[in-house]
Amino acid sequence: MSAAIDIRHLTKRFGALTVLDDISLQIEDGEFVVFLGPSGCGKSTLLRMIAGLEGVDEGEIALGDRRIDPLPPGERGVAMVFQSYALYPHMTVRQNMAFGLENVRTPKDEIERRTDAAAKILEIDHLLDRKPQMLSGGQRQRVAIGRAIVKEPKAFLFDEPLSNLDAALRGRTRLELAQLHQRLGATMIFVTHDQVEAMTLADRIVVMHDRRIEQIGTPMEVYQRPATKFVAGFVGSPAMSMLPVSGVTQGPSGARVTVDGVGDIDTAVPLPPGFAAKGASIGIRAEDTTPSDTGLPLTVDVIERLGDRTLLHGHLPDGSELVAQDTGRSTVTAGDTVRVAVDPHAVHLFDADGRAHHATGAD
Amino acid sequence: MAAPHRQSRLSNALFAAPYLVVFIALLVVPLIWGIYLSLQKADLFGLYGFTGWTNYARVLNDALFWQSVRNTLLFVVVTVPILVGIGLFLGLALNARTGGAAFMRGVYFSSTVLSVTIVTLIWRFVFIPGDGLLSLAFQAMGWQPIGFLSTEGWSLFSVGVATVWWCIGLPMILILAALQQIPGDLYEAAALDNASRWRTFTRVTLPQIRGTLILVATIQIVMQFQLFGQAQLMTNGGPNGTSRPMVLYIYRAAFENWDVGQGAAASELLFLIILVAAMGQYWVTSRGPRT
Ligand SMILES: Nc1ncnc2c1ncn2[C@@H]1O[C@H](COP(=O)(O)OP(=O)(O)O)[C@@H](O)[C@H]1O
Ligand SMILES: [Mg+2]
Repeated sequence: MSAAIDIRHLTKRFGALTVLDDISLQIEDGEFVVFLGPSGCGKSTLLRMIAGLEGVDEGEIALGDRRIDPLPPGERGVAMVFQSYALYPHMTVRQNMAFGLENVRTPKDEIERRTDAAAKILEIDHLLDRKPQMLSGGQRQRVAIGRAIVKEPKAFLFDEPLSNLDAALRGRTRLELAQLHQRLGATMIFVTHDQVEAMTLADRIVVMHDRRIEQIGTPMEVYQRPATKFVAGFVGSPAMSMLPVSGVTQGPSGARVTVDGVGDIDTAVPLPPGFAAKGASIGIRAEDTTPSDTGLPLTVDVIERLGDRTLLHGHLPDGSELVAQDTGRSTVTAGDTVRVAVDPHAVHLFDADGRAHHATGAD
Repeated sequence: MAAPHRQSRLSNALFAAPYLVVFIALLVVPLIWGIYLSLQKADLFGLYGFTGWTNYARVLNDALFWQSVRNTLLFVVVTVPILVGIGLFLGLALNARTGGAAFMRGVYFSSTVLSVTIVTLIWRFVFIPGDGLLSLAFQAMGWQPIGFLSTEGWSLFSVGVATVWWCIGLPMILILAALQQIPGDLYEAAALDNASRWRTFTRVTLPQIRGTLILVATIQIVMQFQLFGQAQLMTNGGPNGTSRPMVLYIYRAAFENWDVGQGAAASELLFLIILVAAMGQYWVTSRGPRT
């Protein structure tokens, strides 16, 4: 039923503006893949090209063993859930779900069977005779998903489907989507700019930025071994702190990094051969820091209490900003200067081009 | 809580008051004045006393009145669906963001701004026997020319053509505006749902513009019942009154025969017919699925 998706050398232009540049990507059968990136990076465009709502300028898209990019949207075997849901306003929920099946002359009892089954899964069976305007945002969302499910597509496409829901409902629906994916085992592509959604839902995350794919990896790979400085800064909350590097030498366990006005930081990152300090930077996540007697002198500007832990937003003597972490019982107050130790195994080193180097494993 | 709410309602009424006064002055007063006149023996110089339903009886017993009613009904029944149909067709055809479409919208709308005098002048050039456009075309084809303005049947047809040409701008613009309100993602959803062009039109487009189509039809019914200028200037109601609409009948009675009472009575009857037709049309079309 569901199928793998193979995207080869895809390019998309709007007039003179190149939105996607030579994108290649393989999605496995049954995989849940999230396109993650800042607004305007081309996530929706890529999704809409798979759906057939945007033309392809160069490259190919295959679904299963069939090339689909020359086909019209309806013949591709994909179903899409829109950010705005795009329910037909004058049709009841049942008619909304049945419309696509009627169009391909599915037998009536089959339509009924599928609609009832989908309604049951999504717990909207009591709403089947209502019009969309009589539904809440969350209910509309379910109907939109139901309309996709009944088509039994080879792949599901979601374009920021949770962004119109309030925070509580968003969290719940996220979990339900994960369950739905397990239950159906279908190939799903999910577009979002929200890294929490990406981390919780994805088998693999495709991080996109500036017309290209920055990294493809599991949530943990993307988080712990970001391929580029952009990914490192985009994924994770609070954002990774970046300090400018003025010199790099071989230290006792790896690269020893000099930060102007701060001093040396010993890391466990193997010194890459020919690594140039010019334009390089070192990245530190708040969770990889601890208050200590030695370490970086951090002047705290803002305290952010999260209950179980406390984030210390401050600056170093050179003026660069750093977020450090303390326990939930932290007694630090704004204006204090504290010393912060950094876990040498958890820091990331970025060269001038933004390529990342990590402590363990080769890359 | 209650007091400010009531206060605001009062001030709302105050804001509406000036308009209400003008509205009553311009609409209700003539209506009542017309009813009053229709019950009087009256000419252009004065009133000569209350005559009860006499004027109505005279109108209803006048074969020319019934002829004008038949002409008007036929005219409305044919032109209104054509205006809605062509308006819808043009709306669909010109619903694009290209410069060409914008230009064509302007062209089709431009006839609307012309006065009835100019419109009839233009169409007389087309229909007039001898050196009219159609006449010349018929001669060139070697066909027998038709006296469009002076032949029974063809005269009302010619008035209808001129009217559709003149009035098409408003239906087109209203329907276009409704089409442009339809969210694009509905069409994308329909495309992913494998809907054919026809299914997309009937199940997505039509339900979305249904309210506007009803509005356009109502406006056109009310307007086309009041057909006057084109008929008077193109055919003068002829031949033998076969293109004479009700308003022309009223005009004849009141201002050529100086029988204001009879004209007023016929006017009230026209008012009633328009009211019944517009409400009947609304009732028929607004039943069924609500959007
Ligand atoms: N129809 C279009 N015409 C011109 N530019 C477009 C069109 N659709 C999208 N774009 C541009 O393409 C870029 C990517 O858009 P999009 O795929 O919607 O981004 P995202 O979904 O990642 O926020 C943006 O710069 C946007 O302005
Ligand atoms: Mg988008």
